[in-house]
Amino acid sequence: MSLSTLYAMTGVALFSLGFHALLVQRHLLRKVLALNVLGSATFLLLVGMARRGGDTPDPVPHAMVLTGIVVAVSATALALSLARRLKAAQGLVRLPEDMPE
Amino acid sequence: MRQMLAFTLLTLLVLASGLGLAVAVLSLPDAPTDLAARVDAGLDDSGVSHPVTAVLLNFRAYDTLLEIGVLLLVLTGTWSFGLERRLDPEGPVGPIQAELVRNLVPLMVLVAGHLLWLGSKAPGGAFQAGAVLGGAGVLLVLSQHPLPAWRHPAGYRATASLGLLVFLIASVATMRDGRLLEVRGREAGLLILLIEVAAAISIGAILAALFAAEAPETATSLDERKEPQP
Repeated sequence: MSLSTLYAMTGVALFSLGFHALLVQRHLLRKVLALNVLGSATFLLLVGMARRGGDTPDPVPHAMVLTGIVVAVSATALALSLARRLKAAQGLVRLPEDMPE
Repeated sequence: MRQMLAFTLLTLLVLASGLGLAVAVLSLPDAPTDLAARVDAGLDDSGVSHPVTAVLLNFRAYDTLLEIGVLLLVLTGTWSFGLERRLDPEGPVGPIQAELVRNLVPLMVLVAGHLLWLGSKAPGGAFQAGAVLGGAGVLLVLSQHPLPAWRHPAGYRATASLGLLVFLIASVATMRDGRLLEVRGREAGLLILLIEVAAAISIGAILAALFAAEAPETATSLDERKEPQP
């Protein structure tokens, strides 16, 4: 197994972890963290795959990941502000335990 | 019981999707076009000598333009929530922290400038420089220094939107035959440098402002409230 495949597979594993947490966790802060893990896993996958062509890594995925990181950071900031707004309005940052049937 | 069932089902589902993803990644065919070779071929004409910077600010400059737009949009959104800075001053900042920040912030600005300049030929550039500037801003916020332009809301807003404005103006000014963002050679090098400087300043300002979360107007009123009444 080459190094780039190892990175890619780690990305896939982290993606699954983040996806699971995003679905299961009720606390919104944890959901935001899960989204971050999920996003970072995608970046890891992209950067890992950028190397499979040859010796020099493909610069296009690298540039896209750089763009993606900045957008992910700003999306996280917006999500956290929304969570704080929710806390101010409702007093809690969790989804309700049971949805009405 | 039902919750346990749902949890198990979800876990199995996620495991299955992860396995599918792994198989998909492992069985990916080779790239139909060699993008790295095409970037190399166009590198001499792009105005910079580092391939990632060339992709970011020349070949795929639209991405970067929209990205700075996204940053500004997020800042506007955050400011519109009317949040207040949560770092309520619980006593004065310790002398070590104050001294550290005083010494560290000028150094960080220097590092940001170096990273920015490095971007044309080595890893570095506007985003890395902006991140370091943003970190310096976060340090300032954490040690209760007002951000440089904090007391002038209009100036702060101008700093935050400088990057997008310069990018838009520069790309419209160099437009030829109705084709946006297609510049070559020496002209492209100058254009990229100009855009990168403006973008780095704006990214730094926006990241620090996102950390503080409050709108500049709230900040000034907060500072006034903190001052002891005569």
